[in-house]
Amino acid sequence: MNKPRPESWLRVEPRGLYVVPGDFYVDPVRPVERAVVTHGHADHARPGHAKVLATPETLAIMQARYGDRAGSGLQALGYGEPVTIGEVTVRLAPAGHVLGSAQAVLEWRGCRVVVSGDYKRRRDPTCAPFEVVPCDVFVTEATFGLPVFRHPDDRGEIAKLLHSLAVFPERTHVVGVYSLGKAQRVVRLLREAGWDGPIHVHGALQALCALYEELGVPLGPLSPATVAAKAEMAGALVLAPPSALADRWARRLADPVTAMASGWMRVRQRARQRGVELPLIISDHADWDELTRTLDEVGAPEVWVTHGNEEALVHHARQRGFRARALSVVGLGEEDEGEALGGAS
Amino acid sequence: MKAFAALLDRLVYTPQRNGKLRLLVDYFRHAPDPDRGWALAALSDGLDLKGAKPALVRALVEERTDPVLFRWSYDYVGDLAETVALIWPERPGANRPPALGEVVEALRAAGRGEVPALLARWLDALDPTERWALLKLITGGLRVGVSARLAKTAVAAFGDRPVEEVEELWHGLAPPYGALFAWLEGRGAKPELGEAAAFRPLMLATPLEESEVEALPFEEYLAEWKWDGIRVQLVARGGETRLFSRTGDDIGGAFPDILEAVDFEATLDGELLVLRDGPEGGEVAPFNDLQQRLNRKTVTAKLLQRHPAHLRLYDILFEGREDLRSLPLLPRRARLEAFVAREKPRRMDLSPLVDFASMSELEALRAAARENGIEGLMLKRKDSPYLAGRPKGPWYKWKRDPLVLDCVLMYAQRGHGKRSSFYSDYTFGAWTPEDELVPVGKAYFGFTDEELKRLDKWVRDHTTERFGPVRAVEPGLVLEVAFDAVQRSTRHKSGLALRFPRVSRIRWDKPAHEADRVETLEALVEG
Repeated sequence: MNKPRPESWLRVEPRGLYVVPGDFYVDPVRPVERAVVTHGHADHARPGHAKVLATPETLAIMQARYGDRAGSGLQALGYGEPVTIGEVTVRLAPAGHVLGSAQAVLEWRGCRVVVSGDYKRRRDPTCAPFEVVPCDVFVTEATFGLPVFRHPDDRGEIAKLLHSLAVFPERTHVVGVYSLGKAQRVVRLLREAGWDGPIHVHGALQALCALYEELGVPLGPLSPATVAAKAEMAGALVLAPPSALADRWARRLADPVTAMASGWMRVRQRARQRGVELPLIISDHADWDELTRTLDEVGAPEVWVTHGNEEALVHHARQRGFRARALSVVGLGEEDEGEALGGAS
Repeated sequence: MKAFAALLDRLVYTPQRNGKLRLLVDYFRHAPDPDRGWALAALSDGLDLKGAKPALVRALVEERTDPVLFRWSYDYVGDLAETVALIWPERPGANRPPALGEVVEALRAAGRGEVPALLARWLDALDPTERWALLKLITGGLRVGVSARLAKTAVAAFGDRPVEEVEELWHGLAPPYGALFAWLEGRGAKPELGEAAAFRPLMLATPLEESEVEALPFEEYLAEWKWDGIRVQLVARGGETRLFSRTGDDIGGAFPDILEAVDFEATLDGELLVLRDGPEGGEVAPFNDLQQRLNRKTVTAKLLQRHPAHLRLYDILFEGREDLRSLPLLPRRARLEAFVAREKPRRMDLSPLVDFASMSELEALRAAARENGIEGLMLKRKDSPYLAGRPKGPWYKWKRDPLVLDCVLMYAQRGHGKRSSFYSDYTFGAWTPEDELVPVGKAYFGFTDEELKRLDKWVRDHTTERFGPVRAVEPGLVLEVAFDAVQRSTRHKSGLALRFPRVSRIRWDKPAHEADRVETLEALVEG
């Protein structure tokens, strides 16, 4: 039997990527009847759907963020367990992006499409590593889809932070981190690097840190940054959401060194725009080398690029002999680092 | 290369002088010889390497990357060296990454034709930050916000010595400064100066506060004008002549007319000015004219003729080989006067003393001095020896009162460190005849912490647009700005710029449309 052409059963609609023979959407941006959600970042996991299929961790994150609005029928699916929706077999494979993040592996009449969601290929002590799933069509993100984005080893970046604490022991080091994934990863990396001193966290990060602990990711003792006296802040290490760095909240800190953990920190102009003094290039998205390596490894003859810098990755994929096109899915890339290239930050 | 690259990377993001100092000292403490010496040379503009032109770097990268991806990347990053550093294809295990010392030594030994191959090999072996540092080094000009003076201050602080001591030695030293580091670490003797025409650290004055005026025992002091040029030291010794800035940078290349005028052996302290013939003899040109002569490697005959340089002498440190610095000021002044009378040096004259019988008389003279070239008065104790640095008490500068204007706040930028959550750097403007506001200057001090809080709140409440760390605000707040002079400038749309602007008062009460106009500034332009 000939495999069906992928365009015949997958469509980009204003609400998101629609899987026709299963009558469901993957990461829809508006409320729908049935959604498969790859991970808990707000641009992929929106509130208000009727039925949601996701990993147990992603569902827990959605419940922590949205409460009752997480969805009326939540269906947890562990990695590797197949389930059938309509005529389509669905399986979730680890994506290595944040805790619970998954690629959606969709099969219909012998044609296999993998929707990556957001992913990275390097080690992350807070989540399961990316699994290479051979397929006919690979639907990939391209947040860092330019060859200038080459993320360094994250241990070197943590060493930069610890070195700065040694050179400026009287200054608060405040690190801007996204609240889901980056915050917890930075805590774990600090612990692995031997930092056993206190880590203060901004109030907006506390709920998700507690949830990670509950889900089996130990973070060690964290203290709230909000109640500490100013004198205690000298030489303290504080994690806060990026929006808090320039906020009046930051005034409680002692002559702060402003750090920021993001893949965007690779480009100096981006770091300067944000007034960052200590850029830490730590990203939960694949860099250029990981994106291109992944295309080669999954070996799909056809590549669809959902969001980020689609143009450059499509160009590269075509040079390498793939059939490639940009999907231009609206609404993705708005939480964490997934802001559009060159867009406001 | 790794530690040097990490240092440069951190320096470009660190605006505070103290922060930079700490990073430099930390580097000198941990980096080995000769790397740290070459780094010191690079940071103090003392490293003259066979470089590479941007076109060569571009050609190298274009051989290795897809042209379309390179173009998109360059458009996105905006800086060639940075784009190349990031996009250069990795070749893990290609070569052993070179140390900074190896790079510098290889470049010094290489012929020009060998540079591209060396560069490509190094780029293969380094990581992106190291590649960026290498490209900065090799394309000339690190531009990481470290002056030669700051680099010397840091190396002095590393050895727990006053910077003047390092400055005095500096021109007898050569990179990679092994002897200097050995001495600073207590492993070696202090390097000898030898016969070189060496810079001697200047004696500097402290500002005279209004509260100190009355109690000053004025009969112990000599007064002279404070000329508005740049303070320099002229050293002629053993047939060698050099002109140094206040911080020991050799600026002689830009002032051949001064160097040619020397036919004596001495070390003199004076003010460098541009002087033109006027009806009453030589007239000091505005500071802007002197600026035309600064920061040039060579000067044209036309510039020499139109902007003739002149040295107005304040003091004498050496006459022949005789060190006069320990003499009190009065006999030193007598030696200087006798020297000038005897040598009649061309392009030089004495800075005259100002007679006065009381502080009130001096105050009146200071207030009346509004002509070009005078910034105020100097008061020097008659018994003061010539001391390196800025001792408090023997010498005072007493600047004339600043000019003030009412300007309108236009943009505010977030500060750094303690001020990182405050909009603390203010760009202000004046009204054009068409009732448009145009920027005329920028100020970031002159207010108290309490006032800063209120200013910050005002900025947040009146923002009209945001550009990164900058906010544009409604034209609604008047700042009274004090400054020393108005100059022509291409930096601002108004074509004018203020010298030493600072906020003197915040005019919460004053309506913006009553602020000053560009015409008012035009009338104050020097010259």
